[in-house]
Amino acid sequence: MFDFGILFPSVLNGLTTGAVYALIALGLTLIYGVLHIINFAHGASLMLALYAVYFLKERLGIDPYLALPIVVLGMFALGYALQRSVINRAGHGKDENILLATLGIAIVMENLALLFFKSDTRNIDTAYSLSTVAIGPAMIAVPKLVAFAGALVVSGILFWIMGRTDLGRAIRAVAKEKEGAKLMGIDVDHVYAMSFGIGLACLGAAACFLLPAYYVNPQVGGGFVLVAFTIVVLGGMGSFVGALIGGLLVGVVESLGGLYLGESLGQIGIFAIFIGVVLFRPQGMFGAKA
Amino acid sequence: MSAGNRQLAGIALFAVLVGCVPLVTKSGVTLNFVMMALYATLIAQAWNILGGFGGQFSFGHALFFGTGAYVQAIAQLQGGINAWVALPLAVAGAALVGLFVGALSFRYGLKGSYFALVTLAFAEVFRILALSVNFTGGGVGLMVPLRESVANLQFASRAGYLWVVLAMVVLALLVTWWLRNGRFGAYLQAVRDNEDAARAVGVNPFRIKLAAIGLSAAFMGAAGAFYVQVFQYIDAGIAYGPAVSVEALVAAIVGGMGTLWGPVLGAVVLHLLSDLTRNLFGELPGINMVIYGTVLVVIVIFLPRGVAGLGLSVRQLWNAKQGGRHD
Repeated sequence: MFDFGILFPSVLNGLTTGAVYALIALGLTLIYGVLHIINFAHGASLMLALYAVYFLKERLGIDPYLALPIVVLGMFALGYALQRSVINRAGHGKDENILLATLGIAIVMENLALLFFKSDTRNIDTAYSLSTVAIGPAMIAVPKLVAFAGALVVSGILFWIMGRTDLGRAIRAVAKEKEGAKLMGIDVDHVYAMSFGIGLACLGAAACFLLPAYYVNPQVGGGFVLVAFTIVVLGGMGSFVGALIGGLLVGVVESLGGLYLGESLGQIGIFAIFIGVVLFRPQGMFGAKA
Repeated sequence: MSAGNRQLAGIALFAVLVGCVPLVTKSGVTLNFVMMALYATLIAQAWNILGGFGGQFSFGHALFFGTGAYVQAIAQLQGGINAWVALPLAVAGAALVGLFVGALSFRYGLKGSYFALVTLAFAEVFRILALSVNFTGGGVGLMVPLRESVANLQFASRAGYLWVVLAMVVLALLVTWWLRNGRFGAYLQAVRDNEDAARAVGVNPFRIKLAAIGLSAAFMGAAGAFYVQVFQYIDAGIAYGPAVSVEALVAAIVGGMGTLWGPVLGAVVLHLLSDLTRNLFGELPGINMVIYGTVLVVIVIFLPRGVAGLGLSVRQLWNAKQGGRHD
């Protein structure tokens, strides 16, 4: 049962999947940490980003990795615009209204995709889609390895933005004390929109790393939503280090769950972690105690 | 007449008017529409008990719906139990699951987004379990054989189903009336508005919330059992998927939370909307849901208190014009 030759590849595979999960969760935790809203459109936004990567490749022949700046910028713009035009106006100071608004946005996005792209599942072909490298006894797909490295780089950039730039300081100030930040001359609406934009930009990056080894259809986001929330809660809502480590952990749990429980039951491990954490340690691994 | 009695009279009038629909028309389309709108009202009102009056935002009410549906189907298929007898079992099963999830969540003081997410996670766990075990039919689902007769809770005409679900809705409305006017409802709303203050005056928030989730889940279970009787089929995706959870909370919030008629309004408005758009653009997949989602966002932006809130605003305007009279 604890055969290293089976366990090691499984753990490694989980880590590479987990890195992409972390990327998705980083965006979500930023949005939650600053705006204190649960973004139910996160999965649908990821789906849009995946379609963008797909069509850039199929129509214009742009390699997913080269498409990264385009998709990241596009998703940032979408997030900024959505926050300013819809979500900000829907709030009226009540969380449930924002929750409904993001839910409505998700419904619109998913069904627009259904309308324009049909329900077909699509994937792309690249020279490296199926290539693998050997690490010890494990054969790891090259796209997954790239995704792992990419996720680390993007999280690094995010840490740098949050820790070292004026924007990052403004975001942290708004997250902590909105009224105080306003008094210091920070444009709170702008910071909110920037946070939402950066949150979706992370999804753009995640999509570029995911698609070479994954697929896209209008419903693809749904599977990621609860996983991303699990990671965010596990790491402590609003914690970036937590999201990164939580993402890797969840990837490994899913991979091992699949190994020992079978494909369909494997995901149960994720939800079991989720429920356990929420009940017994709601502040997460790295969150401050509420 | 006091406000409470006026509401009771309103419920009676509603029951009689809607109950007469099958006597006035034999149109299958009309009867089907009314039946489905009532069904949507039932799940919205069930959600409203916990979400609207209790302030606990469940995102996984499918958990109770699916449990009711599966108990109803399994009791008939595996147990050979009559559908009418299975119905209270389904309601009880759903209520038990509600009490279990509620006991866990409220024991640890979960609220707000955490409660929403944990209910969603429980629904997912049940969905995966229902897909993986045998007695739910796994991925194939369960088919209840068609034996149309009143004794089997299966009707040749939509009229029979309409009356059954109408009875359930009227019961839910009566419970909501009781929440608005009775002592338990006052406690529940006190806990919603300020838990610490409620505790300070001797209310036990844990027990109050637990009772509310049990009640809410029981009505969801009834809706699940009703679904099985109408469509004779259930699978894990229908039972525990997010669609039912979303439908319940959207109708309740769009209509107006914590009100008697809000969920009814919300369910009817949303059903009219999706029927209308489906008739207009039937051939194009997804467009009716695009419009549904857009209208949802527009309502949230412009009617933050729901459709019932619009009625309230109009009445306030009216009262102001009448020289500030209040009733």
